[in-house]
Amino acid sequence: MKVNFFVTCLCDTVKANVAKRTVALLEQLGCEVIFPEAQSCCGQPSINSGYVESSKPAMKSFIRAFECNDYPIVTPAGSCAAMVKAYPEYLRYEPEWASRAQAVADRLFEFTQFVVRELGVVQLGAKLVGTAVYHPSCSLIRKLGVRDEPLSLLAEVEGLTLLLIDNQETCCGFGGTFSVKMGEISGEMVKEKVRHMSEVTPDYLIGADISCLMNIGGRLHREGKAIKVMHIAEVLASR
Amino acid sequence: MSMKTSHATFKERIDIQMQDDYMRQSVANAQERMFTNRAKAAEALGNWEQWREMGKEIRQHVLENLDYYLEQLSDKVVENGGNVFFARTAEEARGYIEGVLKEKKAKKIVKSKSMVTEEIDLNKAIIGLGCEVIETDLGEYILQVDDCDPPSHIVVPALHKNRTQIRDIFKEKVGYQGTNDPEEMTRFVRQHIRHDFLEADIGITGCNFAVAETGTVSLVTNEGNARLATSLPKTHIAVMGMERLVPTFEELDIVVSLLCRSAVGLPLTGYVTALTGPRESDQCDGPEEFHLVIVDNGRSAILGSEFKDILRCIRCAACVNTCPAYRHIGGQSYGSIYSGPVGAVLSPLLGGYEDFKELPYACSLCQSCNDVCPVKIPLSDLLLKHRRVMAESKLTPLGERAAAGVFNYVNARPALWGKTVKAGAKVANATIKDGKMPFNVGPLRDWTDSRDLPQPDGESFRSWFKNRQQTKVAKQKNEAGDHHD
Repeated sequence: MKVNFFVTCLCDTVKANVAKRTVALLEQLGCEVIFPEAQSCCGQPSINSGYVESSKPAMKSFIRAFECNDYPIVTPAGSCAAMVKAYPEYLRYEPEWASRAQAVADRLFEFTQFVVRELGVVQLGAKLVGTAVYHPSCSLIRKLGVRDEPLSLLAEVEGLTLLLIDNQETCCGFGGTFSVKMGEISGEMVKEKVRHMSEVTPDYLIGADISCLMNIGGRLHREGKAIKVMHIAEVLASR
Repeated sequence: MSMKTSHATFKERIDIQMQDDYMRQSVANAQERMFTNRAKAAEALGNWEQWREMGKEIRQHVLENLDYYLEQLSDKVVENGGNVFFARTAEEARGYIEGVLKEKKAKKIVKSKSMVTEEIDLNKAIIGLGCEVIETDLGEYILQVDDCDPPSHIVVPALHKNRTQIRDIFKEKVGYQGTNDPEEMTRFVRQHIRHDFLEADIGITGCNFAVAETGTVSLVTNEGNARLATSLPKTHIAVMGMERLVPTFEELDIVVSLLCRSAVGLPLTGYVTALTGPRESDQCDGPEEFHLVIVDNGRSAILGSEFKDILRCIRCAACVNTCPAYRHIGGQSYGSIYSGPVGAVLSPLLGGYEDFKELPYACSLCQSCNDVCPVKIPLSDLLLKHRRVMAESKLTPLGERAAAGVFNYVNARPALWGKTVKAGAKVANATIKDGKMPFNVGPLRDWTDSRDLPQPDGESFRSWFKNRQQTKVAKQKNEAGDHHD
């Protein structure tokens, strides 16, 4: 099966290893990975700040980039997937573009969603010894409805025990530009998240959205906590 | 109290509030208690999603036929012997109520909890007439005796205070000498304000829902104070937001079920009262005169806008109780009587962007509010719409608009974007050391105030992938070449 890879800007620039592991896993599952080079950012920082009108050329450029073929599109980030899935709504007054946006959105899958729902696989032969807290990002659980997929993949990882924390499904405080525009509120939210995590002293923090991991990881680093931050693709690629 | 509760800037307000450890602990405890109770109550009812859908449909139907139902309600109230006044503005609403007070030569007014009377700044007007007004809801009473401290929650207005603070307020202001035991304090207030109920000339209440078919005003309370306020004084004035009605008792049943479970996690509150007109000749109690004041105050404009979904709101505060931003900044940070997600949507609509422009950004878009809303208001989407209105009418900071412009220019040009990413990866890699950058300005500083930066992984993914493909192709070519040899 051929799949397109939508890397997301954060993975492209600073967390390439997450993207590389995702590609490796897709290849392990028999996919031929295509990287449409014309792809850019989903536009979230601008769109969620209200600059919808001026974001439209970028949305259209993104749509064009993935119209290069009809294969599924896979991305290792829930919030970017959710953003692209909102394009048809934003472009609703341009029916032609709205339907092109819809066609791209329909082919787009968050990584764990694609592996579990589309490929029907949960066992990837991963091994990681230790305890972990899984952070169920807002974009996955509330926007995409991806709640169980990451958990069923993690359940098959040899040696890994998941720990529950208080207010597990509460937002970590990232929220895109919220983290800088409302830095103080965002900061308090991530401090509380780290406090709850510290109560169970896990070896790892695992998530499926790199932005939340950067946020919680940034706070863990600031507090000097010895909790290793891993994207779920890195966990599933551990042997 | 008008809608706007503070003259300080948003930044000043959150700085003050976030340093208030008592408030933050009270809010965190209350949120967890109410969130858990709400979830249990929803679960206990069963088919919660269907109930929500029904709630949404009922409220939507009313909004789509608001003119019809308002007329029906108004006709019924008059038929029942009551008076109806449509107030286009807060001023008109106050003016009408002042007229009634003057006509009745009222000296003392008892009130039960009502957000809309706060919205129209009614108490100030009443006091301006030389009358005494007593808030009889326990939470509102606490705030009133505490020099009119603004409410921090639409259902539990004194949520930001703990029991010891409340004891101290009572001690200082009303001569309370007991302990900080909630029951003891409640008993004290109950005795303390009993004579006010008996002496009051007029009782003023809000209205949770009016029933159009029967001309009924329903009140959902936990303390029974609304019953006293509507049965002892000779005149009852009910004030309602113009959207707060349901067609019949059948729909009232559903929305009250949703309200009680969502607000306090109970199948019903202590008192659900349905009042239909003034006392009739064969009845032995109730007010002799009844006035219903229906307040527009900006609601018609919302009804015709892309924000109309917010008018479905039944003021349960489930969104407030789940909001992580509210949790840390508390209700008074919003600077509006309406706080939390519903307040962040409603306040700019009713009070304008000038005073409330920050509120739509005080949200991480986690959508937890959307999930709990019993009438399915897409609150986070409405907050995004506010951001869009502000961005597109140039109400956002110039620097931010410029940054968005540059970003969108680059992002719409794939080749330029690709180059930027590759360069960005190099810069990040060269400058971020142990979670820090050598320079720390603007948004970077806002981030690093409480967090470090991520450790970059080296070259950009796209550079790596391209090299890998080229190596692969070269290898395949070589292999093909070898084969031919």
